[in-house]
Amino acid sequence: MSILNEISINLQAGKAKVVKELVQKAIDEGIDAGTILEQGLLDGMGVIGTKFKNNEIYVPEVLIAARAMSAGTELLKPLLVAGGVKARGKVVLGTVKGDLHDIGKNLVKMMMEGKGLEVIDLGTDVSAERFITAAKENDARVIACSALLTTTMGEMKKVLELLKEQGLRDSMTVMIGGAPVTDAYRESIGADIYTADAASAAEEAVKVLTE
Amino acid sequence: MIIIGEKINSTNRAARAAIANLDTEFVQDMARKQYDAGAAYIDLNAGMFVDDEAEKLEWLVKTAQQAVDAPLSIDSPNSEAIDRALKAAKIKKPIINSITDERERFDSILPLILEYDTAVVALCMDDSGMPETADERLSIADRLISSLTSKRVGISDIYIDPMVRPIGTGTHYGRVALETISRVRAEFPEVHITCGLSNISFGIPERKLMNQAFLVAAMAAGMDGAILDPLDKKLMSFVYATEALLGMDDFCMDYLMKFREGLLEE
Repeated sequence: MSILNEISINLQAGKAKVVKELVQKAIDEGIDAGTILEQGLLDGMGVIGTKFKNNEIYVPEVLIAARAMSAGTELLKPLLVAGGVKARGKVVLGTVKGDLHDIGKNLVKMMMEGKGLEVIDLGTDVSAERFITAAKENDARVIACSALLTTTMGEMKKVLELLKEQGLRDSMTVMIGGAPVTDAYRESIGADIYTADAASAAEEAVKVLTE
Repeated sequence: MIIIGEKINSTNRAARAAIANLDTEFVQDMARKQYDAGAAYIDLNAGMFVDDEAEKLEWLVKTAQQAVDAPLSIDSPNSEAIDRALKAAKIKKPIINSITDERERFDSILPLILEYDTAVVALCMDDSGMPETADERLSIADRLISSLTSKRVGISDIYIDPMVRPIGTGTHYGRVALETISRVRAEFPEVHITCGLSNISFGIPERKLMNQAFLVAAMAAGMDGAILDPLDKKLMSFVYATEALLGMDDFCMDYLMKFREGLLEE
């Protein structure tokens, strides 16, 4: 088995320590950091995403795989930066104002990072202003909003209204998700993308950012 | 155990359809069944109806109380909807589910507790986000209890909810919930402690099993209420067995009675 394959397999098994050692070994063997990322870590996380989407694995298995992935990327980061390797794109992510639920949002973050995207995570209780300011400051083209409460869903609409007000609506893709959110709701507020699960959210974001 | 029956909830697909169609029979049947199964309160939630939650909640109250004379649990964070529901509530002392220590929510719901003389579920959560540790939860519980009682809400009308987070998202969350329960119990012997039982099992398989195990552990730690499905015979059997084990059932009389009524499931 190639070392890259081994990294992928161990990442899927959530073995952070082994992944870290293998990534170090791969670096020492002179394998390019971008290749280790793509064919090792992201490959493994891709499998996890697909299995999660198909209900073959459960939340804790995603979390432990994501931990293994960060153990590996930590070693790669300085090399990727030095080599000028850029993320596939940037997403500004957060749970909307008045809403403190972060589990779904965190899953989306892991899945997006697992697809090689850079995620600017604003946490929970994020106002429309903060979403947009962060997107401008970080030069991100995708804003992803999560809400778990029917009482806070309305904040998503505010993000869209404020984007329009600032003349940025056309340059920004707005994604929404969360338990009470539906595609009909997306349509009613004029957001661009709704996905029902975290893995699909990551796939859609990649599509938008690589097209 | 003070059971709040959770079945009439708009996040549940069947219940949502019934509420949308103003299906009186569904709501009354579900209220009756839960009451007969031992629910002290019937929870009513119309939160999925973003545009007309207040109207739907009011209809639920009127409809449910025609079928049972159990007090109702008004499940909403929205003070307008709660107000309208409480205006329609005729039976005994309802409970508001729920208040938190988030400033805006606290200030909007407190007047309703006082005006309608209700009990209240108080969630250990404030403006700083979801609490991570038992220490944080305890200080929020402490603040909630003192601010509520200082406004003359009776301590035994307060149901502290330790804000259970899924065990699948953090290895420590089971212990944190249990520690919060036992510390709140030690510090405030008269307060009630309840929780939404199924939060613990989000994201993992065989959720009922995890809910049952958590129920037993939480009751042992001092929880005396739960928001759950009273029609789940197995789960209710665990309630009765655990009550007996904790010395709350003199000579196991209640357990034996439930057995003879055919309500126990091994």
